[in-house]
Amino acid sequence: MSRANSTELTPDGIEIERHWQELAGRRRAYSWLIGIGLLVAVSGSLWFANESNAGKFFDRLPHFFDFAGDLIPRDGWEVWRALFDLPSPYFDGSLKFDYPEGRVYVFGAFYIPEYFYKMLETLNIAIISTLVGAFFGFLLCFLAAKNLVKSKLIRFFARRYMEILRAFPEIVIAGFFAAILSLGPIPAMFAVGIHTVGALGKLFFEVVENADMKADEGLRAVGANWFERVGFGIVPQVMPNFMSYALLRLEINVRASTIIGAVGGGGIGEELRLSIGRGHQAKTLAIILLLLATIIAVDQFSAWLRRRLIGNQAFAFGGKQS
Amino acid sequence: MSTMTSLSIADFESRYPDVFNPSIFKRFMPLIIGAGVVLYLVYCWWFFSIGTVLATGQWQRAEIYARDWISYAIRTTVRMSPEGTTITYPRFSELGDNPKPDWAIQQGNEVTVTFGAGKSLQISPTQVVAKRSGEELLVLIEADGAKPQGSLPEWATLKEDQVTVNFGFAGTADIIPERVVVSRRFLGWANFVFDTASPFWNKSISEVASMIVSGERIKPEMSNAALAFDNIWYNSSWQHGDVWTKLLQTIVMAFVGTLLATLVSFPLAFIAARNIMPNFFANQITKRFFDFLRSVDMLIWALFFTRAFGPGPLAGISAIFFTDTGTLGKVYSETLENIDDKQREGVKSVGAAPVNVQRYGVLPQVLPVFASQALYFWESNTRSATIIGAVGAGGIGLKLWEAMRTNTNWHNVAYMVVLILAVIFIFDGISNALRSRLMGKQH
Repeated sequence: MSRANSTELTPDGIEIERHWQELAGRRRAYSWLIGIGLLVAVSGSLWFANESNAGKFFDRLPHFFDFAGDLIPRDGWEVWRALFDLPSPYFDGSLKFDYPEGRVYVFGAFYIPEYFYKMLETLNIAIISTLVGAFFGFLLCFLAAKNLVKSKLIRFFARRYMEILRAFPEIVIAGFFAAILSLGPIPAMFAVGIHTVGALGKLFFEVVENADMKADEGLRAVGANWFERVGFGIVPQVMPNFMSYALLRLEINVRASTIIGAVGGGGIGEELRLSIGRGHQAKTLAIILLLLATIIAVDQFSAWLRRRLIGNQAFAFGGKQS
Repeated sequence: MSTMTSLSIADFESRYPDVFNPSIFKRFMPLIIGAGVVLYLVYCWWFFSIGTVLATGQWQRAEIYARDWISYAIRTTVRMSPEGTTITYPRFSELGDNPKPDWAIQQGNEVTVTFGAGKSLQISPTQVVAKRSGEELLVLIEADGAKPQGSLPEWATLKEDQVTVNFGFAGTADIIPERVVVSRRFLGWANFVFDTASPFWNKSISEVASMIVSGERIKPEMSNAALAFDNIWYNSSWQHGDVWTKLLQTIVMAFVGTLLATLVSFPLAFIAARNIMPNFFANQITKRFFDFLRSVDMLIWALFFTRAFGPGPLAGISAIFFTDTGTLGKVYSETLENIDDKQREGVKSVGAAPVNVQRYGVLPQVLPVFASQALYFWESNTRSATIIGAVGAGGIGLKLWEAMRTNTNWHNVAYMVVLILAVIFIFDGISNALRSRLMGKQH
């Protein structure tokens, strides 16, 4: 269908061709406009970011790989020694090499190296806040679902409440509880947990709204009350999806609790920040390895469990939810 | 449907044995999970010693800090001497250099401080009378301390030589020999627009407007409007300029980081998708590269780029860019692997070049999904950009963290939280609207 054929078109055909060209031209113009708009926004943003940064991009670019210097230990085995808290031959009294103070003795001479213990702490923060968050999200989500609650007012408040919990900066919750309970893992738990309630609550109520209402109808026909209808009609069919979302959330929460840890919540994040700040190469690398291994393990475990729970559907929308 | 007889029940049972007699494991699964969760919670209670921490927590502070979010206290000291009483204010009081509040009035030798209806404090050189809801407390000031007369009401406490009178939200007063320290609390944010150093301070809106429009130049080198803006922007206690700049940094970090990640992960996803690039090694290398970017936490990237570029939004942009290239790349390549192959076959069958096969056979299917995912990540990064800022990666995070660490600037924290919430809600709205247009009414 080359352009030359268009001469053989009927007048109607020419009209259609002209109209189509017009539409296509308009679409192209829109695409260009959006493209140019984005380009302007990005260059403006980058200029602003560069202006307000402490170091300028092009000045710092030659130093880009300086951080590699923070990562290369003087001896490859140093990393393993740092990871398992084994005595280092380079020990000079500083914290750079040995750090026996952080050991946690379980029984006798058997101890857990500090980093493993801190990693466990971070993991526990993530797990417990996911559990607690999922529990409260579970309680809240039924109030926000259109097919279960007729009152617009209740739904409105349940949804806005979850939105605020979700959008409230985690760092403020952590900071507020740190002011009351002093720094440590418990403020981090509050912060991650409260965010989880909002985030999971939203995903949960969307699942509930998509649930098959036939079971509910049957229960209503035999005179079940609201709680029975929810408990026997809705919960069994949404539970696999709920679990899948909670596991997805666990993956995110492991990362979130690491970050909260770095700003005072304890756990491995704090160790990492301190280690990078003090320029302890081997320890930094050891922590990164440990963190990488843990995150991959949690992701794989969660992916496996989700696949078992709801099949490949778990991966249809991929990635992260916040 | 007729009622079931025992025969029909037995019939059902024989036809669906696994429904009526599930395995023990399946039957007790919820119970096992529940018990596991409870055991885990008990373990965590012990691991983090939650009980002790909660018990030793200073919960009375929670109320004080929460109150500071939406109110402010003005401190003043009333000094008593045989010659008379004088009111003094701290040097940088919220009331400016020469305060004359209507709640602290001096009449001769006597000062009256009112704390709202029925609550007041009358201070004279030798005695203080506190009134609250009909009750009255007389405190005599003697050389060795404040001496309350009669029994102490519930709202007053005696500690050594000092009497503290509590007026609830409205404030407190410490009666000490020779002086009374008053803390008077008001709802709202003090000096939110102009600080006390500004010539526009403590003027009504109409006064300020008329000064800007027709008043004489206060400073010869700039117009009054410019001066007013300058005063607001550099307000010393609210730092509007700094806060808004930092907020803009956070927004920029999320926007640029996500956009760059989208642009880079887009072509890489085509290499990673095994139905588009039939080269096993190319697929695997790209996929493992995505996994690496994703699994190295945003925190680690943020810390490193802070070292590389110095603290600021460039570090934040890079951190978001690196992490999200991994995540978006993974999502995109999975989307590509799930496309309908018929369109590609159609385009291929008419002899199109490989590039055109992708352009006309693949792209129209995935582009709305890709754009929708990118918007979703933009939205979610606007939230997470706050927190990586706290480790030095630019934006409002660090400012928030510093304001909280002092424990006295909770009103500034509240201001920033309100701004962040507003930004998040606006962006959520934009992103949701765009996404539902892109994807039809699925969301």
